[in-house]
Amino acid sequence: MREISYRDAINETLREEMERDERVILLGEDISLYGGPRRVTWGLVESFGEDRVRDTPISENTIIGTGLGAAITGMRPVVEISYIDFALLAMDQIGNQVAKLSYMTGGQTKVPLVIRTQGGSGGGTAAQHSQSLEMLFVHIPGLKVVIPATPYDAKGLLKTAIRDDGPVIFIEHKLLYVVKGMVSVKEYLIPFGELAIARRGSDITIVTYSAMLLKVMEAAEMLHQEGIEVEVLDLRTLIPLDIDGVLASVKKTGRLLIVHEASLVGGMGAEIAAQVQEQAFDYLDAPITRLGAASVPIPYSESLERLVFPNKEKIVAAAHALIGLPSPSF
Amino acid sequence: MSLVDEEEKQRAVLAPEFYRKMLAVRLFEQRAIELYTRGEIRGVIHPYIGEEAVAVGACAVLNNDDYVVSTHRGHGHCIAKGASLDRMMAELLGRSNGYCRGKGGSMHVAAFEVRMLGAIGIVAAGIPIAVGAGLSVKLRKTHQVVICFFGDGAVNQGAFHEGLNMAAVWNLPVVFLCENNFYAISTHVSRVSAVTEVARRSCAYDIPGKRVDGNSVWAVYEAVQEAVARARDGSGPSLIEAVTYRYEGHYVGDPGHYRPSDELKKWRQNDPIVRLREELIAKGYLEPKTLEKLQQEVSQQVERAVEFARKSPHPAEEELRSDIYGGNREK
Repeated sequence: MREISYRDAINETLREEMERDERVILLGEDISLYGGPRRVTWGLVESFGEDRVRDTPISENTIIGTGLGAAITGMRPVVEISYIDFALLAMDQIGNQVAKLSYMTGGQTKVPLVIRTQGGSGGGTAAQHSQSLEMLFVHIPGLKVVIPATPYDAKGLLKTAIRDDGPVIFIEHKLLYVVKGMVSVKEYLIPFGELAIARRGSDITIVTYSAMLLKVMEAAEMLHQEGIEVEVLDLRTLIPLDIDGVLASVKKTGRLLIVHEASLVGGMGAEIAAQVQEQAFDYLDAPITRLGAASVPIPYSESLERLVFPNKEKIVAAAHALIGLPSPSF
Repeated sequence: MSLVDEEEKQRAVLAPEFYRKMLAVRLFEQRAIELYTRGEIRGVIHPYIGEEAVAVGACAVLNNDDYVVSTHRGHGHCIAKGASLDRMMAELLGRSNGYCRGKGGSMHVAAFEVRMLGAIGIVAAGIPIAVGAGLSVKLRKTHQVVICFFGDGAVNQGAFHEGLNMAAVWNLPVVFLCENNFYAISTHVSRVSAVTEVARRSCAYDIPGKRVDGNSVWAVYEAVQEAVARARDGSGPSLIEAVTYRYEGHYVGDPGHYRPSDELKKWRQNDPIVRLREELIAKGYLEPKTLEKLQQEVSQQVERAVEFARKSPHPAEEELRSDIYGGNREK
């Protein structure tokens, strides 16, 4: 084990997988000579050449389609869409082609394609570069949706994604790239559909994913100081969803709070709340609570932006309300 | 032997096979239209009748391991690339012995066994996929070629521009073959395209562009031969525009009221199959008796496909949830 950043964990994974399998190629805007808009692909072109680490035109729809065409003819491409917001330019290829080709051909082809992208607020990146759009992909059958919060998970999940025979949307978070964590030197893969218990507790379950995990962990520590023990679950993959892992925790704590950076309306919280009340209603001691972004385009101004997303204070307040404590004054 | 003699000799060999394939496309589709009208085929079918020379002339140039990417109007491309009529018809009837196990239907017939990578039902969406297949060929150094079929409607999609640019800048072995039948669904090309001759758009990507008579199987064959040779030797993509016409509406059931009444009549006089048949007879490529026999064989083959399809079971319930995440069957 050694401590490396989320960015380096992904970079190292791409390098290892490209060394292991020459069918793995990278395609995307500014990923080659420039080293990646987020420096995630830094140094890879020097090792693997421009054929395998390929700069593309700014043509998101065709970047995805090219990845798909290569994937069904013998390659295992990892394509990069530099902001998840730009995936909207590629929704035909992602939603109608990548997600459908295996099924609508009756399994005549595998689709070993990874679409790497990054989302979330970067602190002032405003309406077109800050969105959390994972639910668009969750809603389209045929796609797996992976969204790691830690360097360790990023590495293990990206390995699994690259070796998967189906299409995977791999969503990074722009604020996580510099976050460091312990990552094993020995190779490991993390299976899809298994959440991580980031903190054990017995009073309340908080389900989250991606960068919001950091805020939830801070809140959990604060609540611990007050004697409230939070069990924090990091979903890691939204499709497949480890609903059994959520249910097991909820059955223990009886209280569930779901926190995500994506819009509250139609968010993962709504889906989880629905499934939990269907399957574990009798275990609940309080109504399920959700925290997510306000339904507004993300504003630039800091004074406005901070009103949009859940934060430590809002998480603590929601936890207090679930337990039945009066709201503290912040 | 002179060059002309050489060409004549080659045509004499190719012509019967071209005729057989073109006839197979037409009879298959005529039968499919009947089955559709009787309710045995559901959803929607987009007949290729009238355009057969394009698919047959183009695919005749290809090797077995070369790729084809097709469109919603894909039956002709499938048959021309060598797909089984039985499994195609079974697919149209939604049966489990269909190429796609009944999960694709007419609009999405794919036959990976003959490297037909799919009929893509979204206009122009096959273009990026063909570019990707071309990139894969280049990286694998296998010298395969990709033909990407699309219609005149597709050239106004962003994917056309993105795809041709990418193939050109990376010098990929892709032949972009536009079947210009003058109508994007109901809308005449002159009403929606600033440049109505699609081939002229090739100058934007600095690649060869050629407009050919799409109802002449020889014109298509020769243009594609040149483009495929260029692609195979690493010189990059080409754009071919085959001018043709669909006899049916956009789909079966389309009243076609947007076309002038004498237009279809005029094009029928230029029928690609009739033209080739007349040539077969005039030049003595086939004896009338052999021609008769060939026609019977194709007709029987189509009938056998219908029987095969009708006998094929409907998909079992397990099919509903298989193949969702990237295929799980070894092929």
